[in-house]
Amino acid sequence: MKIRILVSYKDSVLDPQGQTVKYALHTLGYGFIKDVRQGKVFELDLEGISKEEVEKVIPEISDKVLANPIIEKFSWEILKKK
Amino acid sequence: MRVWITLKFGVVIFPGSNCDYDTYNVLRDIFEQKTVFLWHKDHDLKKADCVILPGGFSYGDYLRSGAIAKFSPIMQEVKEFALKGGLVLGICNGFQILLELGLLPGAMLRNKNLKFLCQFVHLKLENERTPFTLKGKKGQVLKIPIAHYEGNYFAPPDIIRELKTNNQVVFRYSDTQGRINEETNVNGSLDSIAGIINKKGNVMGMMPHPERASEELFGSEDGRLVFESIVKTIEN
Repeated sequence: MKIRILVSYKDSVLDPQGQTVKYALHTLGYGFIKDVRQGKVFELDLEGISKEEVEKVIPEISDKVLANPIIEKFSWEILKKK
Repeated sequence: MRVWITLKFGVVIFPGSNCDYDTYNVLRDIFEQKTVFLWHKDHDLKKADCVILPGGFSYGDYLRSGAIAKFSPIMQEVKEFALKGGLVLGICNGFQILLELGLLPGAMLRNKNLKFLCQFVHLKLENERTPFTLKGKKGQVLKIPIAHYEGNYFAPPDIIRELKTNNQVVFRYSDTQGRINEETNVNGSLDSIAGIINKKGNVMGMMPHPERASEELFGSEDGRLVFESIVKTIEN
């Protein structure tokens, strides 16, 4: 099973990297871009684990390791079922 | 008869630590204290009276600064030691590790200008009633260098309020006169926070490097205050 986890700053946290990217895009003429938030992507290959377990374990490891819950949020999806 | 009390400092080494020897040198050669290195894979604090987490880039700062170090074997011992009241000082990356470990509240973001800052800064001593600052005076200004990319202190508003209420903010970025404004807040930290202590008063984290300001040769001796305070605390 293949999982993708997306970690990014919470909306309440200023993202200076995203801001810098936004300004760069504006300089290139893409003035319609209102905001940019930058994040990290983790792709996990799993085996020998049921979908029920995955639903329990992925939020657990995201909260404990991959994201810092004080400043970051996460979302995840299943890319490949097998 | 004078009774000598032997103190023991433990300096943790992670893969990627780079201020470990500076700290060791200051404690052993300048303060003449017994100092030992503590290896990240060990579970042994070697009976240290005070544990120091030095600056650097533990585990390459992969994932987030301090995020991997918090799972290392030695940190489980440091956590237990701290919860029992043992003195723990985290400098720079050490501060980041203490935040990730949850021994101190908050988190670090990248500096507001997205630059690695390596320069002298001035710090206003806000709380002199800690084991790490008792040799100082409230409002005193110290000149100590910083060297970091992620030192922009962040915490939710309720935590910031709590830090202020409990007098847990120890150092703030200031000018030479102790004035604090946006310009002196070099990295964008909330409330210009440069160093905080836990509620119990035995775990402190600071972004500036006192070990790099303990000899005249390096341009400042103001960092000595921190180590002198710890020595005095343990002797008492």
